[in-house]
Amino acid sequence: MVEAVFWFFAAVAIVSALLVVTMRNPIASAFWLVCTMLCLAGIFFLLQAQFIGAIQILVYAGAVMVLFLFVIMLLNLGRDDAALKRTPTWFAAVLLAGVLASQLVPALIRYSSERLAFEYTRSAVLADPRMVFDSTLSAAQATLERGVPGDIAKPLFEHYLVPFELTSILLLAAIVGAVVLAKRRI
Amino acid sequence: MTPELKGLLLVSIIKLLVVFTVTMIGVALLTLMERKVSAWMQYRLGPNRVGFGGLLQPAADGIKNIIKEETFPGMANRVLFMLAPALAFIPALTLGSVIHWAAPLPVNFDFTLPLLGRFVHTGLMPMAVADLPVGILFVLAISSMGVYGIALAGWSSNSKYALLGGLRATAQMISYEVAMGLAVVPVLLLTGNVAFGEIIRAQQVGGFGWFILPLFLAFHNFLVAGFAETNRLPFDMPEAESELIAGYHTEYSAMKFSMFFIAEYTNMVTVSAMVTTLFLGGWDIPFTHWDETPGVLQTIATGGMMFLKVFFWLFFFMWIRWTLPRFRYDQLMALGWKVLMPIGLAYVMLIATAIYLIENVAGISSGLVKMLVLTGINVALGYIVFMVLDRGLLIGGSRERGAASGGLGRRAA
Repeated sequence: MVEAVFWFFAAVAIVSALLVVTMRNPIASAFWLVCTMLCLAGIFFLLQAQFIGAIQILVYAGAVMVLFLFVIMLLNLGRDDAALKRTPTWFAAVLLAGVLASQLVPALIRYSSERLAFEYTRSAVLADPRMVFDSTLSAAQATLERGVPGDIAKPLFEHYLVPFELTSILLLAAIVGAVVLAKRRI
Repeated sequence: MTPELKGLLLVSIIKLLVVFTVTMIGVALLTLMERKVSAWMQYRLGPNRVGFGGLLQPAADGIKNIIKEETFPGMANRVLFMLAPALAFIPALTLGSVIHWAAPLPVNFDFTLPLLGRFVHTGLMPMAVADLPVGILFVLAISSMGVYGIALAGWSSNSKYALLGGLRATAQMISYEVAMGLAVVPVLLLTGNVAFGEIIRAQQVGGFGWFILPLFLAFHNFLVAGFAETNRLPFDMPEAESELIAGYHTEYSAMKFSMFFIAEYTNMVTVSAMVTTLFLGGWDIPFTHWDETPGVLQTIATGGMMFLKVFFWLFFFMWIRWTLPRFRYDQLMALGWKVLMPIGLAYVMLIATAIYLIENVAGISSGLVKMLVLTGINVALGYIVFMVLDRGLLIGGSRERGAASGGLGRRAA
């Protein structure tokens, strides 16, 4: 039953991702992107990563895409086919896609849960993935005990505190930069 | 499927049907209530021809809307134009599924149906359609989806009034989501969980009492942001009939218009239920511990209590609507970004520091002491924010008005 739900979300995510790039109308593209993100959030929920799922909807499908939509509406982007028909654009697009695919495809072929567990633990011998990652049942139990953010907050604020704070400084710099760029006179 | 899963599905479907039906009928009656309350406040009678005292007016309106002609603006994008009301309607109704309407009910059954097999359910059944562990995060996430319907309605109508309404709605709802999120954080600091069941339990047995006292400023910010999120007066910029005709739904007629209407009133119910759950103890009956032991009688009584609280906030929504005039758009944005957000951020810092000092430095774990200390902080802060900082100057324009009337503005604030 869980697998059926997974395949449903996966199929809808892929189909709507394809529609994002094939739709002519930018507003329709934006909405298919929202659909993709909702499906990804559904998959996160299936993996018991409920906090990530909720944040995925809240931040990406909610705030970020609304801003996208806002910009598209304000600029009233029409059908910009002319740029797509030029050869250099096509060439650059294919090149970029090729580079990404050359990275992604081998990684996908080599993927195995043992390898993932190995990289996670960094131990000398291959670890049993079932020992490293919580099973769905124990993850659900942990959620019940510590609440949804507890799973994330503990590693984030203890083990990864310095990278977390550095990231927030980076974001702060981006915010200051955006304000400076947007407002000529401060 | 296991018998337990089937039992869970059965109770879920029953709860779903009940909540959906009650919401739809309740929303229809709310439109009547709005008109009756406005009539009462303006010293007139309101709808009184259809049915006993106008009670059947919503039914008449509904029938009218269903048989009315559907109109399409000439240059509108047909598909998106049709999709927009549904996109406003679906998130609004989805949110009704996570609200805890009453104390958990013990439900035990074990029976076998001829074709469907065995159904088993044991233990407590939460009186929400889905008792999600993500709780309040889910509400924030799905309510941010609601803006798509309005934005899309504005854009696809191909009308300048509708487009302006849609753009205003988008900017307004994103801005006030920040204030709303920040207002929720202090509640999470006190409970340590995002699930609604835990938030209600913390207010019942945590010793804090209801969070409205120890977290008054957060409650105030949440309520203001709730008004803005539901596009209700004094923040109904997306509609603003004096400027934009009817804003984002200018071009909509018949049932599609009605769907926006239903979405707005459903959002009102959701915000009222959220205020009740986060700050007024949810279904908790005050001054008694009788409601904490599960039972059928307790579920009915707490359900009635929840209804009373939600009903009060719905009335409050209407009360404000027919009392305050509409804000100007720049005032609205200034209030969201320059007032509510800094207050919210500072408040989170302050409450976190206060909790840390009380628990770790002073070493007090008694909920009552914490609540009294936090309430004291809130009284002081409330005095600073509402009396010293504001003085009727917070919203631009009243400075001149206050000066012209020789200090009258000060008293009015």
